[in-house]
Amino acid sequence: MRLLALALHRLLWFAPTLLGLLVVTFVISRVIPADPVALVAGETATPAQVEALRRELGYDRPLPVQFVDYLARLARGDMGTSLFTRRPIVADLAHRLPATLELTVAAMLVSVLVGIPLGVLSALWRNSLLDHALRVLTVSGLAIAGFWLGIMLQLLFSMRLGWTPLNGRLPGFPPRGLTGLYLVDAALTWDWGTFGLALQHLALPAATLAFPALATLVRFTRAGVLDVMQSNFVLYERAMGLPRPLIVWKYILRSALTSTVTQIGLLFGILLAGAVVTEAVFDWPGIGTYAVSSIVRSDYNAVMGFTVWAGAIFIVVNLLVDVAHTLVDPRERAS
Amino acid sequence: MTAVWFGVTRLARDRSALIGLMLIAMLVLSAVLAPVLATHPDDVFELHPSERLKEPSGAHWLGTDRMGADVYSRLLFGARITILIGLIAVGASLAIGVPIGLVAGYHHGWVSDLLMRVSDIFLAVPQVVLAIAIAQTLGPSLPNVILALSVTYWPWFARVVYAETRTLQKEVFIESTAALGASPWRLTVLHVLPNIASPIIVRASIGMGFTILTAAALGFLGLGPPPPTPEWGRTIAESREFLPDAWWYATAPGLAIFLTVMGFNLLGDGLRDVLDPRLRRSGPARDG
Repeated sequence: MRLLALALHRLLWFAPTLLGLLVVTFVISRVIPADPVALVAGETATPAQVEALRRELGYDRPLPVQFVDYLARLARGDMGTSLFTRRPIVADLAHRLPATLELTVAAMLVSVLVGIPLGVLSALWRNSLLDHALRVLTVSGLAIAGFWLGIMLQLLFSMRLGWTPLNGRLPGFPPRGLTGLYLVDAALTWDWGTFGLALQHLALPAATLAFPALATLVRFTRAGVLDVMQSNFVLYERAMGLPRPLIVWKYILRSALTSTVTQIGLLFGILLAGAVVTEAVFDWPGIGTYAVSSIVRSDYNAVMGFTVWAGAIFIVVNLLVDVAHTLVDPRERAS
Repeated sequence: MTAVWFGVTRLARDRSALIGLMLIAMLVLSAVLAPVLATHPDDVFELHPSERLKEPSGAHWLGTDRMGADVYSRLLFGARITILIGLIAVGASLAIGVPIGLVAGYHHGWVSDLLMRVSDIFLAVPQVVLAIAIAQTLGPSLPNVILALSVTYWPWFARVVYAETRTLQKEVFIESTAALGASPWRLTVLHVLPNIASPIIVRASIGMGFTILTAAALGFLGLGPPPPTPEWGRTIAESREFLPDAWWYATAPGLAIFLTVMGFNLLGDGLRDVLDPRLRRSGPARDG
């Protein structure tokens, strides 16, 4: 019941948070010094034509009116039209979503499946050779610039060795399918040639994106496990003669992973942010590339659309993290 | 005083902290002594088209770039920009985020909810994206990069401080101090803050590196200080069209970023070991 109450409480805050986010981005996007209407109209447009377009797009009205209007359309699932591509932003985002999703999920899977076990081992075998090696890896992962790592991987594996393609998602046509995730679609249609190609294209960007997230996870899991190992209840359990594997895998991990669960939530932010830059390096046709080019083109309808999209996803993830945190940490439930 | 001295000697004995300190010292020295250490100090502004894209040699230790400027000399001057961005942005983030996190963590009720929701708004969009938006809106320049990073980084401190304060509140010693009649002010500043210092420091150490990385990413995307500023991220972006032949051009500034950020991370680790009494007492893990 408490869990339900917590979820509802957080859900209640969902709308105000999103509204706040909209206000912030709206204000930022509308104080842009460049006149986006003039940009859309082109260099040859006369001042009268620019003004006509401004009226047509509704940009001549007061800001609060524009904002309320925007909210009303957003509630109907309409994010407006891109000033640049002249296509609905919802369509632009939906078109690019699978690419970003594939990249982010791949990186997330790699970092969780590899990072958490390595972090636990590193703590259990503290000061061993493995721990020291992982420490170097962790320190490197947190210190390396993602875009530089991507470029260096391209330099080595694509340009020098020729093992992987330089950039992009797939040459030629995508596999038939519903999801738009090329790996899933290729596997579903039993098209293993395309599957291999897609995997080759995905390898470098996913590795680039996963590396800092993996380092973060190893670091926090290790710290969490070490922290719990030195707590009194573990001392007590050892004094009681519980077998070590039981203490480690049941009691220590359960306690230690509470902080790691929160970390995975924050990790999602790291990955989304990293995806923006990683996509730019690898010309990955995802939402990150769209966001960067929209910002640079002062296409603020598109920027707003991206912000709402990223914000909504992130708020939902945070909500899930809170609920998960309560699930794994009984102390939270009792309060 | 003894405690401080104890801390300093312990820090000097910690290997990773020592490496971190050395890396940061190298960075600071490069920045301060850039005009002296540089082999071609005028290359920040001068062009030498005939010297374009030369391999590393005795005359140009790290080769030359597309303008014929010495890569090594420009790296040294770039260190100044990096230090400036990191220090101001993290300092401002701490000054905003820690008090907000403390207040939100200590109080229960709508004030706390409101403060955390405001920080959630900022955390709800990837920092790079919000920073890109702000930097693009205000125009590419050094102060705008710093402003964009400060505005977007403080919620990380608020969140960490909030979570730690909430956890600490359930501790018996906090409850008993409150029962003794300590004011909320006294309780948070004298009892809560010192006990959550190490997570703040860990976050600040990551933050210093993270901020420098984000600044480099902004530079890479063309939103940093405009050319001919020798900003490291922008240099990497400029070098891309000359790959794979001019490998040194892309490699050198990336390594500089890497070593700088690593220095701050390692120092942060060492500081945590010294400042966290729990880890200090226990020494090597008892559990093998």
